[in-house]
Amino acid sequence: MSIAQAAQRASRATQEILAAMDSAPRGVVVDSPPGAGKSTLVVRVARELVGKGRRVMVIAQTNEQVDDLAGALARALAHDSELRVGRLAAGTYATPERLRDHPSLIAAKTIGELDGCQVVASTAAKWATVRSEAPWAWAIVDEAYQMRSDLLLRVAGLFDKALFVGDPGQLDPFSTVESDRWLGLSWDPTRSAVAVMLAHNDHVPVKQLPVSWRLPASAASVVSAAFYPFSPFDAATTDADRGLEWQTAPFGKTAIDATLDMAAGTGWALHELPAGHKPRTDREAVAACAALAARLCARGAVATSERGTTPVTADRIAIGSAHRDQVAAIRAELARLGCQDVIADTSNRLQGREFDVTIMLHPLSGRRDATAFHLEAGRLCVLASRHRHACIVVARKGIPELLDAHPSAEPMHLNVPVKFPDGWEAHQSLMSQLARHRIQAG
Amino acid sequence: MTVLTSLARIEAVGEGRAQPIRTVRHVHVSDRPLVFIPLGLAGEPCAPLAALVGDDRSAPRLLVVTSPLNRDERFAFAAGLAGIVGGYIGSYLAAADPAGTQPYPDAPQLIVPNAAGVAFTRLLGRSTRFRPASGEATDPASVPVLGRWLTYLAERCHPASSLVLTATGALAAHWATGQSAVEDENLAALLAWIAPPPGMSGADAALLAEDPARWPPAGPATDPGFDREVLLGRLTAIRDARLAADTAAERRAVGALEADLRDVLLPTWTLMWQAIDLLRSVPEAAHVADRWTADRLSFSGYARYLADGGFPQPRKDAAVDAARRLVRLEGEQQRLEAQMAYDDPLVMAEYRMTGEAFEGIVTRCEPTRLDESGKKAKLRPWIWVETTDEVTAGPGTELRSPARPGQKAVVIGVEPASEQQEGRTLVTLELQNGMGRGLIPAPGSVPQADDIACYTTLTLDFQPAPDFPSREDTPWTHGGPPPQYVATEQDATEPWDGADWADDAYPSQVLGTEVAQ
Repeated sequence: MSIAQAAQRASRATQEILAAMDSAPRGVVVDSPPGAGKSTLVVRVARELVGKGRRVMVIAQTNEQVDDLAGALARALAHDSELRVGRLAAGTYATPERLRDHPSLIAAKTIGELDGCQVVASTAAKWATVRSEAPWAWAIVDEAYQMRSDLLLRVAGLFDKALFVGDPGQLDPFSTVESDRWLGLSWDPTRSAVAVMLAHNDHVPVKQLPVSWRLPASAASVVSAAFYPFSPFDAATTDADRGLEWQTAPFGKTAIDATLDMAAGTGWALHELPAGHKPRTDREAVAACAALAARLCARGAVATSERGTTPVTADRIAIGSAHRDQVAAIRAELARLGCQDVIADTSNRLQGREFDVTIMLHPLSGRRDATAFHLEAGRLCVLASRHRHACIVVARKGIPELLDAHPSAEPMHLNVPVKFPDGWEAHQSLMSQLARHRIQAG
Repeated sequence: MTVLTSLARIEAVGEGRAQPIRTVRHVHVSDRPLVFIPLGLAGEPCAPLAALVGDDRSAPRLLVVTSPLNRDERFAFAAGLAGIVGGYIGSYLAAADPAGTQPYPDAPQLIVPNAAGVAFTRLLGRSTRFRPASGEATDPASVPVLGRWLTYLAERCHPASSLVLTATGALAAHWATGQSAVEDENLAALLAWIAPPPGMSGADAALLAEDPARWPPAGPATDPGFDREVLLGRLTAIRDARLAADTAAERRAVGALEADLRDVLLPTWTLMWQAIDLLRSVPEAAHVADRWTADRLSFSGYARYLADGGFPQPRKDAAVDAARRLVRLEGEQQRLEAQMAYDDPLVMAEYRMTGEAFEGIVTRCEPTRLDESGKKAKLRPWIWVETTDEVTAGPGTELRSPARPGQKAVVIGVEPASEQQEGRTLVTLELQNGMGRGLIPAPGSVPQADDIACYTTLTLDFQPAPDFPSREDTPWTHGGPPPQYVATEQDATEPWDGADWADDAYPSQVLGTEVAQ
């Protein structure tokens, strides 16, 4: 598919969504695979609604997401000097530097100060404190699959209709307390906002964005097959559009360089350490993650894409893992190597972000067992779908065998929809793909 | 399981006895708890067989169901239990203030052997709370009231509350044994690890304790060997005597069953009071009284709701009630975790391991430093803390110290303490408040050089409960407002009792109101 064809498909999908919104009594759900232009859609829909004279509330989950959306909305609406975008925030919030110079963006602590704004964006938690007399005609709920339904319950009274946008393949919301008593209830407060809303409104249409602008062709097919088996998507670009090259030649022959070459050449690499049962903060695996990132910086990677040719700077590289203690260990190792600018975080926090190259410490690496937490498809999907060019997986040997020894044995509950894809299945699918990109280290 | 608990388990194996993992007790133990050991009939989800219950260790009361599959007898058992539990709870209600506005001075406490005991209590509450007090069923009015109380108590059973304790849960929260968490649910084996007989290792004692002939299971499930060898014969003898209308034989058979069940239950009764004594031997943590006050408030609220003729608890939470309960439980859990860390250095140590807290020595202090950037000079002392803990907090992070919980300390800088020694970090902190009014800090309000100081991101700050819509305003996303609850005769029947399998699993009117918890 050429980029022009991809753009055509995406624009057709947008037209369908806008048409569905016109006729929908309650709203529309849009499933967006990784990097499919969710923010672009939000801006487009907001512009359309404002053009029809509607006031729009935008609900996102974190302050960072709100800032990104508010900035994009202000830029998109800047052509009309009459239009104002409001940014509602809690008392302790400070507007970030990048948003200060937008003339059409107004930040405020109470909704009353934003009466003149056609679009107001805020976090769901802040919206939940807003009392408004007349409901808003439309709400746009971003990252709706990560929003817990108890939060939706608190804000749903504010609007008549809503566009729910999100990625169903990423991490589900969770609770830190025992929540079994609500299993099987259509309004289980620990389920996602979309799941609960659809359970009560089966007439609400579910649309899908068809192409991923972020994932390269090498990744889109793998991620689509493993995590979106029933709603496949394609890459907007072809192999010819994307490239990763080095400014320096490898020095000698090391597994690290071989892994980097594999990643640059094929878009994937599995850096496989010897088998072994290790504590969570496996020193060798942590060191390998940091060393790969440091070497990537040192060799001067240059990324070519439809946007042009740019060097891959440290802040365009991310290392993702499942646990916070692993992140702390990786950060310490990065600091030791002088690469503090490389991003290291948990999958929960990398959700929704985009990088040129990602390095994943595999959730099952070095483990004796495969628990539901480590098998969760969303966790793996986040880690495997943040990159524009290449994804390197660091793992100890023996993950397929570990999976075979631990088939998922979670109890089934009445009225609880089966979650697809199954985490075990997704892990197997990804590992079988990665087998072709294996570099043995040590 | 945390790293420190894992370490304690390894040490327990090495030492041959359970290791304390807490320095103080984080649960309230009442002066007069009600110990409740239920037994159920195998193969039925909630068919009571017997119970040993009471608040006096020298006078346990035995309740026995002589034909557990007979529903009338089941509710006769409930009536007997209602007499004991009702009398126990009633003794706390009698102490109310006349105006009826203050919380009751004390609250009841139910202690069951294990988590399965709580589940049994919950089911017993479910099967009795909807029983009509009038009409064709002939239960005494105390049965549905018992059901409501048992349901209330079972639903209150979560880590932040002490209204219901499980003996195994409370002990395992304070001692780590050398066996698995599943094995810890066996009260006899757990106590064998904590207090093995003289000259015996915990592992050996636990092995002996797992012998059902020596220590019958603490219920609700009975030992299958007992079921086969003893119980079956006794229940058959009673049935045969009744069929033959032989009252003398029936009396003998019932007497024999009661004696056998008493033998099965009494060892656990002894263990329960041993567990209570062990828990009492640990000094109570500072915030336990706070949480017990919350329990008393909850109990008082529910008692008054019941007295005003409140509905039985619904089988299923309505949307708003479910969300509200989830948020409340999460808030209580978060507060519990912070309070436990503030009260107990062994709990704080776990946060120090994950970088959420650090402890070190105050190397320098500027107690009278002023911030003169604004119009008026403000007292903003700086202290320098040197620690070997890992520090993950960056500049600008607001920290608290268990020594001065109300005082905010903002991280100014984090740097290696010296070039030569790796692993030592120097943290610069600016104190924000809690030093009195003037520009000279009140005595003792600022840590001094050479003090040991601990700082953490955990706070005890009270988070107000968020607003939820009322039930009538349940939005379209959650199915709209639920219908109003109207009590009917059918409430007491379960969906699986009747033949209406094809119908909606739960009649909508069973969705009642969540009440003050």
